[in-house]
Amino acid sequence: MKQLKSFIKKEFFHIFRDPRTMLILFGIPIAQLLIFGTVIKSEIRDVHIAIYDQSKDETTMQITNKLLSSGYFLLDENLGSTEGIEDIFKKGKVKEVVVFESNFGEKLIREGSAHVQLIADASDPNMARLVTSYTTGIINDYIRKLHPNLEMPMQIQPEVRMYFNEEMKSAYMFVPGTMALILMLISAMMTSISITREKEMGTMEILLVSPLKPGQIIVGKVLPYLILSIINAFVIVLIGRFVFGVPVTGSFILLMLETILFILMALCLGILISTVAKNQMVAMFFSMIALMLPTIILSGFIFPIENMPEILQWLSHIMPARWFISIIRGIMLKGTGLLFVWKETLILIGMTLFFVVASVKKFKIRLE
Amino acid sequence: MNTKVKHNNLSPTGENPGRETGPIITVENLVKKFGSFTANDNLTFDVYRGEIFGFLGANGAGKTTALRILCGLSTPTSGEVKVAGFDIYRETEKIKKNIGYMSQKFSLYEDLTVAENIQLYAGIYGISPKKRKAKMTELLKKLELEGAKNKLIAGLPLGWKQKLAFSVAVFHEPKIVFLDEPTGGVDPITRRRFWDMIYEAASNGITVFVTTHYMDEAEYCDRVSIMDAGKIEALDTPAKLKEQYNAKNMDEVFIQIAR
Amino acid sequence: MKTILYILQKEFRQIFRNRTMLPMIFGVPLLQMLILVFAATFEMKQIDMVVVDKDLSAASRELVAKFEGVPFYHIAEAVQDETIGEKMLLNDKADVVLVIPVNFERNLVRNDKAQLQLLVNAIDGNTAQLIFAYSSRIISSFNQNLVAEWKGIPEFTPPALVKIAESYWYNSELDYKWYMAPGILAILVTIIGMFMSGMNLVREKEIGTIEQLNVTPVKKYQFIIGKLVPFWVIALFDLAFGLFIAWLVFDLPIVGSLWLLFGMAGVYLISVLGLGLFISTITETQQQVMFVSFFFMMIFILMGGIFTPVESMPHWAQMVDRLNPIFYFMKIMRMLILKGSGFFDFIEEFVSLSVLGLFFLSLAIWRYRKTA
Repeated sequence: MKQLKSFIKKEFFHIFRDPRTMLILFGIPIAQLLIFGTVIKSEIRDVHIAIYDQSKDETTMQITNKLLSSGYFLLDENLGSTEGIEDIFKKGKVKEVVVFESNFGEKLIREGSAHVQLIADASDPNMARLVTSYTTGIINDYIRKLHPNLEMPMQIQPEVRMYFNEEMKSAYMFVPGTMALILMLISAMMTSISITREKEMGTMEILLVSPLKPGQIIVGKVLPYLILSIINAFVIVLIGRFVFGVPVTGSFILLMLETILFILMALCLGILISTVAKNQMVAMFFSMIALMLPTIILSGFIFPIENMPEILQWLSHIMPARWFISIIRGIMLKGTGLLFVWKETLILIGMTLFFVVASVKKFKIRLE
Repeated sequence: MNTKVKHNNLSPTGENPGRETGPIITVENLVKKFGSFTANDNLTFDVYRGEIFGFLGANGAGKTTALRILCGLSTPTSGEVKVAGFDIYRETEKIKKNIGYMSQKFSLYEDLTVAENIQLYAGIYGISPKKRKAKMTELLKKLELEGAKNKLIAGLPLGWKQKLAFSVAVFHEPKIVFLDEPTGGVDPITRRRFWDMIYEAASNGITVFVTTHYMDEAEYCDRVSIMDAGKIEALDTPAKLKEQYNAKNMDEVFIQIAR
Repeated sequence: MKTILYILQKEFRQIFRNRTMLPMIFGVPLLQMLILVFAATFEMKQIDMVVVDKDLSAASRELVAKFEGVPFYHIAEAVQDETIGEKMLLNDKADVVLVIPVNFERNLVRNDKAQLQLLVNAIDGNTAQLIFAYSSRIISSFNQNLVAEWKGIPEFTPPALVKIAESYWYNSELDYKWYMAPGILAILVTIIGMFMSGMNLVREKEIGTIEQLNVTPVKKYQFIIGKLVPFWVIALFDLAFGLFIAWLVFDLPIVGSLWLLFGMAGVYLISVLGLGLFISTITETQQQVMFVSFFFMMIFILMGGIFTPVESMPHWAQMVDRLNPIFYFMKIMRMLILKGSGFFDFIEEFVSLSVLGLFFLSLAIWRYRKTA
């Protein structure tokens, strides 16, 4: 027991004496949260557009004015013909060209309709859709305001209630996701690299020869990262709550318990990776490619799972992060308790057990 | 009892004819500090051409620090150092052309073969491919390692790695070769064989600067210096030191000094 | 001069002898292209709706039928009790609940107004907005038809109507994959350039073989070139391979000049490699390299416009992005690949990228010392 204690102490010192790693360990979640919270937005603002106005009458001027004073658009150029369109797109600044047909105002009054063409640069399709939709909205609003008295009979008025996230804050999406990501990063990646490092440096042999049992070695290596992860999770929840207003609607204790479960799962996964990886570079690459990127992309963190092709939806079932994010969202945002998340919890437990058994098996084989 | 094959540069009294041409390494008041810790405290000594100069001391005494400074791997805090006639501060790169080095970890690339390692270092020192191939064949024959030519270093036994690391260090026939604890971890017989290689190099005119904490290896050197806590406590031939301290072997000399 | 060749020979040998290297070089782009690009999309495939129809009138039934008729709306359940609907929102079994109150039809006819409720799971604000927008549009279209049917007048249209035609250039299908693929490739190239080269260098430090080289007459710049060039080559190769797969699997067109593309990638790699090298000079272990690199990479990627457009970011972020090589590279890549922009179209970005590259590389070379 004493040996184990001193071994664990050594592992702790190892980590805490390394200021760079500590900085990064706590710096990454904070930086990530901040960036997501302040930088990643999908609204539009100051989008450069060009206008090809073939009428230049009062109506088109008014519409143009409305577009430019909305705050969404900035006028880059007034085109004189369709020739310049390709060049202007190629330069990359202008995202949309608005083309008014000739005699716009007249046609609107006489014939009851006039044409506008919106040409959007769809190299960013999301942006293109947003831009055309905002433009359309503004133009339609203009038309509606021309005839304020006209109201449709039998109006259906849909009322919307946004559940769990009334203000539709993006933080609600990314705080749970960040938690999952950071915990995976610390627990799985760092553990696997730390153990693989001992292998690579040759010091693992020394440990194996010592009176410490292999199980104790693993515990010693893993314990510091367990503690670090828990602290980190706590910090993320705190920042989420006090900086971004993400509440913990459900039971805080349940939240932490589930978090610890996830951390354990990730740690075991890290151990498994370390039994397979030959050196640190491999461990890192494996963790990065097989864990990190899929976790970010397939877990529902940023991109909704339901939007993905069937195969990928199936694939996301084996991503532990997917279940964890589901659990956190449930507890934090929906206020659900164990009754609702028992299925996901069981899955996480199952995964943890699987990793443990697999690691033990692999470890034994290596020793022989 | 070990039989020493004496190389012929040293006279029976242990004096080096090379002394006439001047020392090949001069160190004067060398100080190396790491923060407040002084690893080398005012070291002064010379090494003569063709000598086998042993740098002894317990672990942590400062031997490796001093050796690394002489190789140009580390800059002194103060003091004058000249290696092969070049100043350590201003002509470091010139020094490197004239020295060889073998570190504690043997430092051959484990994931390259014997031939590939030799090809790399020979190339770096400007040895032509033709000459390299000839020398390599000769070397491997002498070491009785012909079969290992295309084997990865990782798969070789420790003793072979040692021999190869040394051979690579002197492949380009440098003026001086620095050996940092070269005989760690092998049995006494292998160590003995290794020292045979050192003698051969010295007899070919290569000055050998070797650090070690094995006191019996001190007997193999022409002159030794014993370091303790950053200072040189003794510097002379083994014979004279044993006389001076009334000791039967270098172990006893060391114990008395380190006390 | 020859020294560099010997060093490069050694580096390439070591890299390819590493058994995991080859599958990684081929496997990773393949994986990323196939999985990540397909997964990274905001396009909605299906909306799961629960209908709570308390009215059960002709109008309400027609409305429900209309929703049923829309291909990507899937009516999960039709119930009478909205708490069931709410439960399904909690369970993630429904994305939206449509609640049609009692007297819906009567209110429409008698009072000219009727309300209904849409309960949306708003955790993902983006998706929630889209769901609301689609649903409202369907309801509004239903509304217009209803008025036409019941009041016997043709579809109610305002007296003045602007007919808006939308046309999308360079990506007429609005295929999100075409937007994501260059981004994912950029990430791939960055990982190889920053991570792998940095780790490779620190590995030599950790193991000790770097000393053996430091003692030789090998010059600083020769050693650095030896460490960077192999990964430069591998990264470019992977870029080519990735592009090929993208073209094969989802028809990604490459409108611009391939030479220019690789040229720009080469320039970009210099900054990335320089940064990786610099990181390796300020760290001692591979673990540290990994973390510091990850830290920078993550910030660069998130802010670089790979997932979300830079133009939507707050002003200060756009300022910071001036130092972000990925930002320039992404712009150039997308412009080249999708629009066929020429060199002079992005000369500004090219200059910035070169300046950054030289800066990082010089920083790294200055920091790397053979002597401690």
